[in-house]
Amino acid sequence: MPFLIQSPRLLLPPHRLPLPFSRSLGRSDAVFRRLFNGVSAASATLSSPPTTVETPFSEILSIRDSLLSHRRTASEIAGEYRDRLHKVEPQLHSFLHVSETAMQEAEAVDQMVAAGRELGPLAGVFVGVKDNICTVDMPSTGGSEILKDYRPAYDATVVTRLRDAGAIVVGKTNLDEFGMGGSTEGSGFQVTANPWDLSRVPGGSSGGSAAAVSARQCVVSLGSDTGGSVRQPASFCGVVGMKPTYGRVSRFGLMAYASSLDAIGCFGSSISDVAILLNVISGHDKFDSTSSKRDVPNFAEELVSLSNIEAKPLKGLRVGLIRETIGAGVDAGVVSAIHAAGSHLEHLGCVLNEVSLPSYSLGLPAYYILASSEASSNLSRYDGIRFGNQVGSEELSSLYGNSRANGFGDEVKMRILMGTYALSAGYYDAYYKRAQQVRTLIQKCFKDAMNENDILISPAAPTAAYKIGEKTDDPLAMYAGDIMTVNVNLAGLPALVVPCGFVEGGQVGLPVGLQMIASAFREDILLKVGHIFEQTRQGYRFVPPICGDKYS
Amino acid sequence: MAFVFFRGIRSNHLMVCPLANFCRRPTAVYCALQNSRAQVRPRNVIFQEYSHTSAKKLKEKNMQGYEVIIGIETHVQLATITKAFCSCPYLYGSQPNTNICPVCMGLPGTLPILNSKVVAFAVKLALALNCDLSMTSKFDRKQYFYPDLPKGYQISQFDIPIGTKGVVDVDLPIEFGGEHKRFGITRVHMEEDAGKLLHSDTGSYSQVDLNRAGVPLLEIVSEPDMRSGLEAAEYAAEIQRLVRYLGVSNGNMQEGSLRCDVNVSIRPIGQLEFGTKVEIKNMNSFSAMNKAIDYEISRQVLLHNQGQSNQIIQETRLWEEGYQKTVTMRKKEGLADYRYFPEPDIPDVVLTEDYVENIRRSLPELPEAKRRRYENMGLSMQDVLFLANDSSVADFFDSTVGKGAEAKLVANWIMCDIAAYLKNEHLSINDVKLTPLELAEVIVSIKGGIISGKIGKEILFELLANGGTVQKIIEEKDLVQIVDQGAIEAMVDKVLEENPKQLQQYHGGKTKLQGYFAGQVMKESKGKANPTLLNTILLEKLNAKS
Repeated sequence: MPFLIQSPRLLLPPHRLPLPFSRSLGRSDAVFRRLFNGVSAASATLSSPPTTVETPFSEILSIRDSLLSHRRTASEIAGEYRDRLHKVEPQLHSFLHVSETAMQEAEAVDQMVAAGRELGPLAGVFVGVKDNICTVDMPSTGGSEILKDYRPAYDATVVTRLRDAGAIVVGKTNLDEFGMGGSTEGSGFQVTANPWDLSRVPGGSSGGSAAAVSARQCVVSLGSDTGGSVRQPASFCGVVGMKPTYGRVSRFGLMAYASSLDAIGCFGSSISDVAILLNVISGHDKFDSTSSKRDVPNFAEELVSLSNIEAKPLKGLRVGLIRETIGAGVDAGVVSAIHAAGSHLEHLGCVLNEVSLPSYSLGLPAYYILASSEASSNLSRYDGIRFGNQVGSEELSSLYGNSRANGFGDEVKMRILMGTYALSAGYYDAYYKRAQQVRTLIQKCFKDAMNENDILISPAAPTAAYKIGEKTDDPLAMYAGDIMTVNVNLAGLPALVVPCGFVEGGQVGLPVGLQMIASAFREDILLKVGHIFEQTRQGYRFVPPICGDKYS
Repeated sequence: MAFVFFRGIRSNHLMVCPLANFCRRPTAVYCALQNSRAQVRPRNVIFQEYSHTSAKKLKEKNMQGYEVIIGIETHVQLATITKAFCSCPYLYGSQPNTNICPVCMGLPGTLPILNSKVVAFAVKLALALNCDLSMTSKFDRKQYFYPDLPKGYQISQFDIPIGTKGVVDVDLPIEFGGEHKRFGITRVHMEEDAGKLLHSDTGSYSQVDLNRAGVPLLEIVSEPDMRSGLEAAEYAAEIQRLVRYLGVSNGNMQEGSLRCDVNVSIRPIGQLEFGTKVEIKNMNSFSAMNKAIDYEISRQVLLHNQGQSNQIIQETRLWEEGYQKTVTMRKKEGLADYRYFPEPDIPDVVLTEDYVENIRRSLPELPEAKRRRYENMGLSMQDVLFLANDSSVADFFDSTVGKGAEAKLVANWIMCDIAAYLKNEHLSINDVKLTPLELAEVIVSIKGGIISGKIGKEILFELLANGGTVQKIIEEKDLVQIVDQGAIEAMVDKVLEENPKQLQQYHGGKTKLQGYFAGQVMKESKGKANPTLLNTILLEKLNAKS
């Protein structure tokens, strides 16, 4: 059974497929063809470079094409994913719960195809959803014992939008408890392995979502990013990860960790998939008053296909490499991968400069104060009274104490304590208030840097994936791993991580991601640049051995 | 309503509570008061006045040398259709947990959405309290654990309340001097209510009802400007009047729509620092407030006088209506740390000048303005207070005066006959069929001599119960006053003729019988004879025959 990514793309006929986001049908046809032509062109150029070029193409569009051309049924595609999911799951543990209705949902898609009804943009697409996002038909635990077997009364807005777009929510992915952690080892239930090397962590907190996409257990997935929880695992697992602008995607139904920083993000094996997924979930939601009312551009439509790529497709684009992110403490392999990516961007026509963000190093402590403070408040509702696990007691205070002591893991307890401390009378000014001032400073730094540059680049993490257990006893080392990402959350900006290279480790090396940061609500620039970058990068194949060998 | 209220205030002082605490010392006063407690209800007004003055004197005597400081926190439940942060309705008395949703239950992942009506109501009340408005304010989280607080924090406003530095004007009832008082308002802020705990009879478990969770509240914090239970009760009554005038709340204390927490402290006159303040809760009427505060003052004075002022500790005390005293509810161990911080889920509340101006323009005439206007119309303070107490009564009064009736007369009719009728029938002035036009008609008709006052009253009750017009009732029942001299003379003659015995007695010197004859003639005329004319003619005839 050939894996989709390996299917003979040259044989795919250029179908006229209506893409549902676009306001004008004709234009979307053109987009699809552009994407497709792009793929064909990529394959056509295979002969010229010495190494194998693995140009990712859109898995979502491929599924759509298969359905509309009646070459394959949704059930067949779903069956293939389901088999792979179950096959690697015992090694990976990416899922906390797998849907029991996925196959029926796929059949329903087939019936729609048969009836000639219009298909949503994600029809028949297996989507993994991080378990801190509420789903009405599956348990949603946030990776915490305190919510073991908890079933929400409603679907998160993003989940509703996924379902409306025809997606099949295939399961709930593993995470660090309530999103607090960077390795997914902090899950209350299981440790997820990195598909590139099972002895390593997938990153976190959205480790399950990243691993599942990397191992092709699902097509795309949703994660949440409070301090880097989408971008760092994307880097560790060699997949594309997008953290949208704060407010671009509704948080309604996301179990709050740090409300002013939380953003729901996307994982995919290609920029196109991420762009299509982002289109589906973006936009104002009346149930989240911090969600933006700005128009959502058609991200997928704006991607330029490879056939249209000129010699210098990014000519004149000003790229700033953040100096503070490639200095001491950053793995040499990572630094050289980023430099190589920078050179590649220059090669594509970008003007590359080093830029300094003087307050960069202040971001980490400020982040941990603000995030812990908000967490200490947001997690108050897990008191064992109305839902979740209750440890009964004669006395109210011990009912609270026991329920929370039993339900929460150590990392969560530590952050609640830190946050409670930071907000306490007499400390508020020294910690919370000060951190807010730092936040304002960082926002200003980014603004200044963005005046000089169109995008900023940096590593997504100081190292590639590390060994399971390596940092569990050293929370400070774990926190330091967030240095590349937290500033972006403090500033509320969008950032995209694209796999850009490898460092040594594991059987075949460990992937490294390039982080690109843009001004607020400019996800479109990131996706455009990322798309060109991804189509033109040479010599890398970001399919992990756990599935790659069997399907090549 | 207003009437009942003032009675309530007055009766406080005949209640023994302000004195009860002195009773710890077994004295003669104690016994007497114990007696009077049992007898208070059946006693008449004279006794009440006596009791009141004696209580006042006693209080003054005991208060010598101390200054009382009272500040009040009032929670007003807003009469919005939906809750503050979700679309659940709030209906008082619903079955437990029937008006709830994931948001007000605080389920994981839910977010608050601010109800714009809450802001509109807050601005209304802040303007009515003459507050400075914060054009940009924000919400904060006040954090504590309690089972009726679903999220583990209450969404409130901390350092930037929507309104600050207001004032409220109050006229004390005339029986207490009728003094005009102005009390400061420290702040007005928006917040959400918590749910309710229902304790089982056995006390072995409790249940949580979240119907009330998330219902919008305005908290009004006064300056510590009140000096007695009466002033505090009057302040609260004015707040109730305001919220009812503005239509932002039903202000019902029994249902908990208006809740007052009172802080009471005393200090020896001349001392600069405040005494330890004690918070009193659980008063569900103004009279209870008055009594509870006076009780608490006396308790604290007593402790001071006994050299036990260190026994006054910072605590929350509950007013026990049944025992007429305050009892310790919880002692505060240091200051509670609510760890306030800005609510990240709700954007700042930004008001525009236009928005505020529109609301300002839409404000009705407020109680204080009404009282000053009525005062200028020449009404007595008693009339003023009564009429301005309820905006529907005031509207009725204004409309009636607008139809040409004399203000003082309208006030009399409303305060006596109409108020009595409303009270007996348990109706509000909006429920009766009498219209201001017809009341004006009644008054004008009496003044114009078309009907007698007695007939006027009859017509009024007819109008109250069944509606209709004065004109029609007069016609139907043939009630026009007889002013025809001949007709009255004929009736007088008839009566004199039919009562020869009494006539003889009259002539024998029993002139008091004039009243008897007048009554008979009035009866003969079915009450329609003009009394002045009747008396003139009667007297003439009686004396002529002698």
